[in-house]
Amino acid sequence: MRTKVLLLLSALLLSLPLTAETLHEERSLYRDITVTQEGTRRCLVFNVHRGDRNQTCMNTADPERLVFEYAKMTFAGLLLKPEPQRILIAGLGGGSLPLTLTALYPDATIDVIEIDQAVVNVAKDYFGFAETDKVKVSVNDARVFVKRAGLLEQRYDFVILDAFTGDYIPEHLLTEEFLEEVRAIMAPEAVLVANTFSTSRFYDHESETYQQVFGEFFNFKLPSSGNRIIIARDTPLPARGELMVAARELSARVQRFGVPLLEYPNRLSTRIDWDRSRRVLTDQYSPSNLLRDN
Amino acid sequence: MAKPQPYPNALVVGAAFVSGFCIMTIEMLGARIMAPYFGGSLSVWGSILTVFMLALACGYLIGGRLSARRPSLVSYATFFLGAAITSLPIILLADEIMRPIFLAIEDPRYGSLLASMFLYFIPTTILGMISPYSVRLLVQHSDHSGQKAGLLFFVSTLGSAAGTLGTSFYFVLWFEVNEIVFGTAAVLALIGMMLAAVGISEKRYAD
Repeated sequence: MRTKVLLLLSALLLSLPLTAETLHEERSLYRDITVTQEGTRRCLVFNVHRGDRNQTCMNTADPERLVFEYAKMTFAGLLLKPEPQRILIAGLGGGSLPLTLTALYPDATIDVIEIDQAVVNVAKDYFGFAETDKVKVSVNDARVFVKRAGLLEQRYDFVILDAFTGDYIPEHLLTEEFLEEVRAIMAPEAVLVANTFSTSRFYDHESETYQQVFGEFFNFKLPSSGNRIIIARDTPLPARGELMVAARELSARVQRFGVPLLEYPNRLSTRIDWDRSRRVLTDQYSPSNLLRDN
Repeated sequence: MAKPQPYPNALVVGAAFVSGFCIMTIEMLGARIMAPYFGGSLSVWGSILTVFMLALACGYLIGGRLSARRPSLVSYATFFLGAAITSLPIILLADEIMRPIFLAIEDPRYGSLLASMFLYFIPTTILGMISPYSVRLLVQHSDHSGQKAGLLFFVSTLGSAAGTLGTSFYFVLWFEVNEIVFGTAAVLALIGMMLAAVGISEKRYAD
């Protein structure tokens, strides 16, 4: 009996990542936040007890190099807008996107919206994020920020939607009305990059919603990532040749961040690979998180 | 000796269940209705819960007072009809109410609090009046008043639990938000008319 228990215990212990060290734990208004370090890999994890994925990771030996595929994939948006000057990012995470963009474009202004003050603090304390006179964080709900920015007639030329709360996206940030509000603060030729899911029934609904607001968009998926990146803009999408030209011009500059930009143009697809009969998500109908389980 | 009750208790008990159900259906949708203007932060939930608690508190007080003066099934019915009518602005005027508040108040905490007051306070107050009034209609003599009150709270809170679960698990998947609120108002109106019909016919019979 005792040996069985011991065996079980040791099996349990072995299944844990033995070298992961917890640097910081905090319960915020919205989630449990944990910062772990395993070798040179430092990660921000939301709701670790529920088994959620790492929100963001950093290589402490080479902080500039992006760790996650989806973070790198976000930069495919630059193929449509190679020199953004007014950038809006919804969802801070560990701050890797604003840090990389600010390194690439020191003159660009970057507004970051993050609902959770604790995430802002952790990004500053553990992931080298800093606010400057160009980079500003607003602790607010993205919906509220975007609606008000629209009233103030602010315009952005590069918008990134990356607002995950643990393992889902807030429902009011997925609706047709919200995307219309985002579209209203996009300058002519501005690009929207949304980091989202590549699986579940929800995929069809979300794709229909983006199609409804922006028309044809680029769908960007890689076999190595469970995420998909939606790249949309108000004007017709550029041809693949144009994307290749932009990739060649930019690829040297993004190399140090580990972004294989030259591989991206061939991966951007406008093919409709979802069920077009699915309903558009609206403020009236947005059971997104219920749909994800189906 | 207690006068025999002219209408079945089940009617009042059932109506109390429905009122509990409807309160939580509207409350669960409250956050969804306000999110486009005030976001999904914890403070928006805080605003909604605060307003619902305040409204219910007022409703209990008013309903209790009214039950002391010649309680009747017909007055009871008007609460349901009143709640049905006053919840219609949630469907018809939501944007008209929230837009000016969003423009005037920058802090989403106070914006959502004020918007909740305008959208939910009156119908919830009226729904709150139903509980004490139901107790009065069920109670025939003071010996069993506690027992009847217990039964009433049990039933209406059970209704609230069912309304919460039904709305958050299923209704939002099957219907649009406005359709659910409209359905709630329609059910309240139907119950109100039913109670009024029974009340009026019993009165005639008694005369």
